Amino acid sequence: MPAILTHRLAVLVALAAIAVLLPLAFPSAYYYRVAALVFVFALAALGLNLLMGFAGQVSLGHAGFLGIGAYAVAIGPTHLGLPSWASLIGGAALSGLVAFLVGRPILRLKGHYLAVATLGFGILVAIVLTNESGWTGGPDGMPVPSLRIFGWRASGSVPWYWISAATFLVGAALAINLIDSPTGRAIRAIHDSETAAGVLGVDVARKKLAIFVISAVYASIAGSYLALFNGLVTPDTAGFLRSIELAAMVVLGGMGSILGALVGAAILVVLPQVLTVLHDYETLVLGLILMGFMIFLRAGIVPSLAGVLGGART
Amino acid sequence: MAEFLQFLFSGLTVGAVYALVALGFTLVYNACDVVNFAQGEFVMLGGMTTVFLALAGVPLPLAALLAVVAAVAVGLMLYRLAIEPARGASAVTLIMITIGASVFLRGLAQTLFDKRFHSLPPWFGSEPIRVGGAAILPQSLVVLAGAAIIVVLLWQFIDRTLVGKAITATAANRLAARLVGINTRRIVALSFAVSAAIGAVAGILVTPITLTSYDAGTLLALKAFAAAMLGGMGSALGAVIGGVALGMLEAFSAGYLSSNYKDAIAFLVILAVLFAMPQGLLGRGKVDRV
Repeated sequence: MPAILTHRLAVLVALAAIAVLLPLAFPSAYYYRVAALVFVFALAALGLNLLMGFAGQVSLGHAGFLGIGAYAVAIGPTHLGLPSWASLIGGAALSGLVAFLVGRPILRLKGHYLAVATLGFGILVAIVLTNESGWTGGPDGMPVPSLRIFGWRASGSVPWYWISAATFLVGAALAINLIDSPTGRAIRAIHDSETAAGVLGVDVARKKLAIFVISAVYASIAGSYLALFNGLVTPDTAGFLRSIELAAMVVLGGMGSILGALVGAAILVVLPQVLTVLHDYETLVLGLILMGFMIFLRAGIVPSLAGVLGGART
Repeated sequence: MAEFLQFLFSGLTVGAVYALVALGFTLVYNACDVVNFAQGEFVMLGGMTTVFLALAGVPLPLAALLAVVAAVAVGLMLYRLAIEPARGASAVTLIMITIGASVFLRGLAQTLFDKRFHSLPPWFGSEPIRVGGAAILPQSLVVLAGAAIIVVLLWQFIDRTLVGKAITATAANRLAARLVGINTRRIVALSFAVSAAIGAVAGILVTPITLTSYDAGTLLALKAFAAAMLGGMGSALGAVIGGVALGMLEAFSAGYLSSNYKDAIAFLVILAVLFAMPQGLLGRGKVDRV
């Protein structure tokens, strides 16, 4: 990647510039809506990328955490009388706790086994959300009251565009900091070789667990935003396909690339919007695209582009 | 007792289907280390193609045969167009490719056929057979017999024929297999073809009982994968045992505990197996070279 883009501050400035300048090109509120969704999913993908791209641990069940976050802001205000913001924080804490408990045994696994264990976890969350209809409204889902901060009601596409873009930027800043910290270096060492990292004194199990918890919190916050923004939540939020979509965003954008999370999210959010024109062929084309990218652009878009532009690695 | 027998038979029937799909999984996994999430789509294609060919006036046996041929063609194309070009990719990338294939095939079925549920006429009528107070559909027996025949045929094929031995050799050590003159690419293609055929047959057998629709494949693939894992990845016998065991677990827990959480059983099994005995019931322990 060109030197200008490898500098961590430069990446942040570039992301901020994109977020601020993008709306100038928006002809209607619909574009704000799609862009807001892009940033929300980019946040989740960013967290997952920390896990997959930097620590090298696969998760095909992250929609489970997306679901926990989403249902937290639905159930908190409706059943428990909590304000939305407190529910959001509670959901993130709960996701972190669940990740901590589940992560310990799961992260001992590798390769296919890890992929399948996380996948199983995600589906279990979706099944619980579907079946506990007294709390969650069952398969039809439930409405989500709007977020209120100091009397101001966050609703509509424009406010949510700015909220999600700003949160993504904060998330990216934290992620970049984390990667450059001693913990980050330890985590990247685990990616390259768990054995070597262990020999060098890295507490492999603990670091992996820490990054799993962090990525769960990212996904949970993204899930809460998604629910608050849509005003409705259904078990599909936590479904198998959502998990796959999140993982696809990471792999598509580029493993271990901050910018990649945004690019991957942008493609997978915008594409279905474009494809609605094709009505019946939507699923078919989505499958083709997923396969095509995975086969021909294995390294992901951002690293591949960077390779073409600069020849160096980020 | 009647209740118990009823659950037992329904568990066996569903388990037989899981076993067949898990067997397909194992074949492909052994041949090329790919976890093929599109495996369930072969079951769907088998059922749906038969239904629509029959609707178009093709006699049922011929329709079933053509459906198997179609599934095999799809399996071969999946290998040639999606798996082969991605050789050497990471496990996750390969998983994503097969999931992409699964989504694609579902989309294809949705456009080619429709989004409704379909059934096929049972082979020997729908008059249940009474055994000890439990009612068994004749078609359940067809499924069980069909599954048993397939398992025995496959076992004989792998154990007795030269091609079968080549499959075993490829599974054991790909490089060594190539060195003794086995065309491993052809073996992998064959594995895809056979697993597609098995899936399609399973779909045709079970459609009169469970119905089929364009999206029937995904959950089935995931559950069959749980079954394969329970039995031990890479073990054909394990896949069969795991499939039957999972079917029984589902049937009994749906009967005695809660039918709402029937689908959760498979995934609880995955997690429990991975935590307690990652090599499954019959799998080989794996030692990593550092």
